[in-house]
Amino acid sequence: MSKKELKLAELEPESKEVSVLKEIMSGDPVRIALSVLLGFFIGAIFMVVFNPDVVKSWSNFGADPNYALSTVWWTIQDGYGALFSGSIYNLNADNFINGIRPLTETLRFAGPLIMAGLAVSLTFRVGLFNIGATGQMMVGLAGATFVSTRLHMPQVIHMLVAVLAAILCSMVWGIIVGILKARTGAHEVIVTIMLNYVATDLFTYFLREPGLLLEANGGGTPKSDHPDGTAMMGALLGPSFKLNYGLIFAAIAVFVYWWLMERSTFGFRFRMVGHNASAARAAGIKVENTFVWALAISAAFAGLAAATQGLSMDGGLTTSIEAGIGFDAITVALLGGSRAGGVVMAGLLFGAFKAGSSSMQVAGVSPEVLGVVKALIVLFIAAPPIIRALYRLPKPEPKVFAAIQQAKAAKVIK
Amino acid sequence: MKLELRNITKRFGTLVANDDISLTLKPGEIHSLLGENGAGKSTLMNVLYGLLQPDEGEILIDEKPVKFYGPGDAMAAGIGMVHQHFMLIPVFTVAENVVLGHEPTGKIGNLDLNAARKLVKEISDRFGFDIDPDAKVQDLPVGAQQRVEIIKSLARNAKALVLDEPTAVLTPQETDELMDIMRGLAKSGTSIIFITHKLREVQQVADRITVIRQGKVVASPSPKASASELASLMVGREVDLDVKRKPVKIGAETLVVKELTVLDDRQHQMVDGVTFSVHDGEVLAIAGVQGNGQTELAEAILGLRKIHSGSIEVAGQDVTKSSVREVLEAGLGYIPEDRKKDGLVGEFSIAENLMLDGSFGAPFAKGVQVDFAKRDEIAEKLIQEFDIRTPSAQTLAKQLSGGNQQKVVVARELGRELKVLVASQPTRGVDVGSIEFIHEQIISARDAGKALLIISTELDEVLALADRIAVMYRGRIVGIVDSKTTREKLGKMMAGIAA
Repeated sequence: MSKKELKLAELEPESKEVSVLKEIMSGDPVRIALSVLLGFFIGAIFMVVFNPDVVKSWSNFGADPNYALSTVWWTIQDGYGALFSGSIYNLNADNFINGIRPLTETLRFAGPLIMAGLAVSLTFRVGLFNIGATGQMMVGLAGATFVSTRLHMPQVIHMLVAVLAAILCSMVWGIIVGILKARTGAHEVIVTIMLNYVATDLFTYFLREPGLLLEANGGGTPKSDHPDGTAMMGALLGPSFKLNYGLIFAAIAVFVYWWLMERSTFGFRFRMVGHNASAARAAGIKVENTFVWALAISAAFAGLAAATQGLSMDGGLTTSIEAGIGFDAITVALLGGSRAGGVVMAGLLFGAFKAGSSSMQVAGVSPEVLGVVKALIVLFIAAPPIIRALYRLPKPEPKVFAAIQQAKAAKVIK
Repeated sequence: MKLELRNITKRFGTLVANDDISLTLKPGEIHSLLGENGAGKSTLMNVLYGLLQPDEGEILIDEKPVKFYGPGDAMAAGIGMVHQHFMLIPVFTVAENVVLGHEPTGKIGNLDLNAARKLVKEISDRFGFDIDPDAKVQDLPVGAQQRVEIIKSLARNAKALVLDEPTAVLTPQETDELMDIMRGLAKSGTSIIFITHKLREVQQVADRITVIRQGKVVASPSPKASASELASLMVGREVDLDVKRKPVKIGAETLVVKELTVLDDRQHQMVDGVTFSVHDGEVLAIAGVQGNGQTELAEAILGLRKIHSGSIEVAGQDVTKSSVREVLEAGLGYIPEDRKKDGLVGEFSIAENLMLDGSFGAPFAKGVQVDFAKRDEIAEKLIQEFDIRTPSAQTLAKQLSGGNQQKVVVARELGRELKVLVASQPTRGVDVGSIEFIHEQIISARDAGKALLIISTELDEVLALADRIAVMYRGRIVGIVDSKTTREKLGKMMAGIAA
C-alpha cells in the first residue's frame, strides 16, 4: 500500500477495518468479475506448471520452442475444455440428451449452493458475518432425516413435511445465534463456528443411536436408512436426468429472497440495520430483534438447502451429505455480492465446478485446480486492494470521492 | 518565515477544488481563511500539509520553492497543523504526547522523559499556556487539550501554524483565551492560518482575511468588514442573518421533563436532575459547551438511552419507559447531532432516507410491502418543499453535501405530523445558505404552534432561534433565561456560574 493511502485512511473517522469489511461484503460487480478472471488465470498457471508433459517439453525448450509453447496451450485447453464439457455441453456426445446432461448436472449442484448462498447473503446485508450455514444445514438434515425415514406419509406430502421439518430445525439453530448475539453481545462469527461443531456432532450422534436415526441393522457407521420414496425429491426432467425438484425450490427461494430484501419493509429494515445500525435505532427499529429475525429467516434458507440436498441422494444419509455446501455458501454470497441475481450466477459457477470436476479428472487434469481457483477468487474478493492494484482501478478515496460526488450533484442543479 | 502558496490548482477528475489560489503568510501574521464547507479550504490545507499534491502551482518558503510529499516534510519545513479533531492519546501524559514520534533519547536509546517535560514546561511558560507536563491528556479540559496540540507543533519548531476550526469545541471564555494565545504567538513571530466559519472571531483576531468560494479566492476584505459583508462574500449573495418571527400565543406544555437523571455508557451521571418544559409555539434552546450532557439528554428524550430516574411526557403521554418507536409515534420529531451516524443511511437513496422511520405503515408501506410509488411521490414533494439540491430522489445520501444531507433529515422530521421537535446541533457542518433555510423552517414550525427544543453549542444559533434559553453545565441546568440575555452573561453561565 502506498504512503498516500495510509494517510487518507487516517483522515477518515471510520476505522479501516470496518470500511474494508464493508467493501468486501458490498460486492462491486466489476471487481468480482475481475477476481473470477484472475482466479481462472492463476488456476491455468497451476495446471501448466504441474503438468509433467509441459515440464518435459520446457526442459528441451531450446531444441523445440514451438512444442514447448503448444504444450502449455494444450494443457490449458484440455483442462478448461473438460470443465466446459463436464458442466455445460458435452460436444462429444452422440445425441442431444447426453450432450445437455452436464448442464442439468450443473443446475442440480447449483440448487443447494444457491439456497445456502442466499442464507449467508441475507445476514451479510444485515451486517452480520454469519458463517453458520454448515451447522444450520446439519440440523436441518437431521430433521429431514427423521421425517423421511421414521415417519410414513403419502407422496408429495411426505416430502413437503420433511422440507418443513428441515426448515424449522435450521431456524431454531439460527435463532440461538440471534438470541446469543442480541442478549449477550456474543460475536456471531465465534458463535456460529462453535455451533457448526455442535451441530455436526449432534447429527452424528443421532445417526449412531439405534432408537434415533441409525439405519435398521446398522453397526458402527453413523448412517440412516434410505429415506422413504415418498419423501424424495422426484426427477424434474424424467428418469434420464438426475435433476430433481430441488431446482424448483431454489427458484422459489431466489424469488422470495429478492422480494424480501428489495420490496418488503422487512428487507428495508434489514438493510437499514446493515448499513447503519445506529441510524436504524434512532428511527425506532429494535436492532437486536432485527438480528434475531434475520438469523432465523437466513437459517430457513439453509434448511431448505439441506432438505433438497438430503432428499435427492441415493442411499442412507450421513453427515457427508452436506458436502461442504454450508462453507461454499459464504463464497457464493461474497461472489454474488449478496444480491439475488448475483447469488444465482455464483451458485451456477460453483455448481459447474462440482459438475465438471470429474470430467477434468478423466482428462488428466487434477480437479483440485478448481479448489485453487475457488480459493483464489475469494482471496481476491477479500482483498480489494490487490485487484485494484493489478487492474489499476481507482481507489474509492473516501473524503475526496465524496467531495467529487457532492460537487457533481451541486452542478447538476446550478 | 514567509510562506507563500502560489497559483495552486488542484483537480479531482473534472472538479476543480482549488482554482489558481494564491495566499501569502507573513511572519507574525494571523491570516484568516474564510469559506463555506466545500469551498476548498481543506483541500488547500491538505496541499500545504503534503497530504495532496497540487496539479499546478507551487509552495514557497522564504521565496524558495519547496515540495511536500507528506506531513513529515511539511513539519520539517516548520509547518504545524492543529486539527479540528485532536490527535492525542488520552492515556498518555502531556509530555509523552508532545514528543510522540520524535522522542528525545538518552545515551543507550532510552526514552528521556525529563527532556520532554522540560520542553513542554519551557514552551508552556513562554506563552503562558499553564499546562502541567505530567497531566494525563484525558483529565484535561478540551481547551487545555487544544493547547497541548499547539505545544506539539511548537515543539517541532513550527513557524507557521494552521488552526482548523479551533473554536468549535470551546466555551466563549476558552475561545477568548485562545484568541489571546494566538495574538501572543503572532507577536513572537509565529504566523497563523486561522480557518473558521465564525465571523465574530475573524473580526477579533485576523490581520488579514482571504475569502474562498467554489475553489477560488473571491476577496481579501479588510479585517474591519462587518459580519454581514463577510457572510455575503462567503455565500456570494446578500445574506440575512436575522430570522423573522411572528408573535405566537404560547400554548400548552407539550414536552415536560422532570428531575431527569441519565447515565452514560460508563455509568457516569451525565444528566443530573434536569427539569424544564417546552410549550406549543415556543423554541426552548439548550445552550452549553459540548459534552455537558446535552447529547445524553436528547438521547434520553428519544428513548435511545435508558432513564435512571425522573420522567418525560410528550403531549400528555408518559414516555419515560417507552421505546424509540413509541416516542416517535407519540408525536416527537428528532434531529440528531451527528446526522451521518444517527440521522441518515449513507448507502440509501434520498427517497429511502425520507422513509427511514416510516417503514411500519402508511403512507410508505402497504402491508409488509414498500409502496414505491407513494414513497417516490412523497420524496419528490419534500425535495421541492425543503429545497434539497440533488440530481434525483434516487441519489445516495452520502453523495450530497452536508447542507443537503441535513435538509433531508429536517424534511423527514418536519415533513410528518408531529407535536414536538427535538433538534441537536441542527446546523452543524452546514453551509450558510442551508443554515438560513433550516432556521426558517424551524421558526415556521414554531409559528405553526409546535413545541421545539433546540440543543446547540453555537451561541449565535441559540440567540437567533430561542424564545427562552436554558444553559447546561455538567449535567445540570444552570438557569433558564429569556432570549434578550447578553452574550457575556450566557458565557458565564456556560462556565457554570449561575445567573
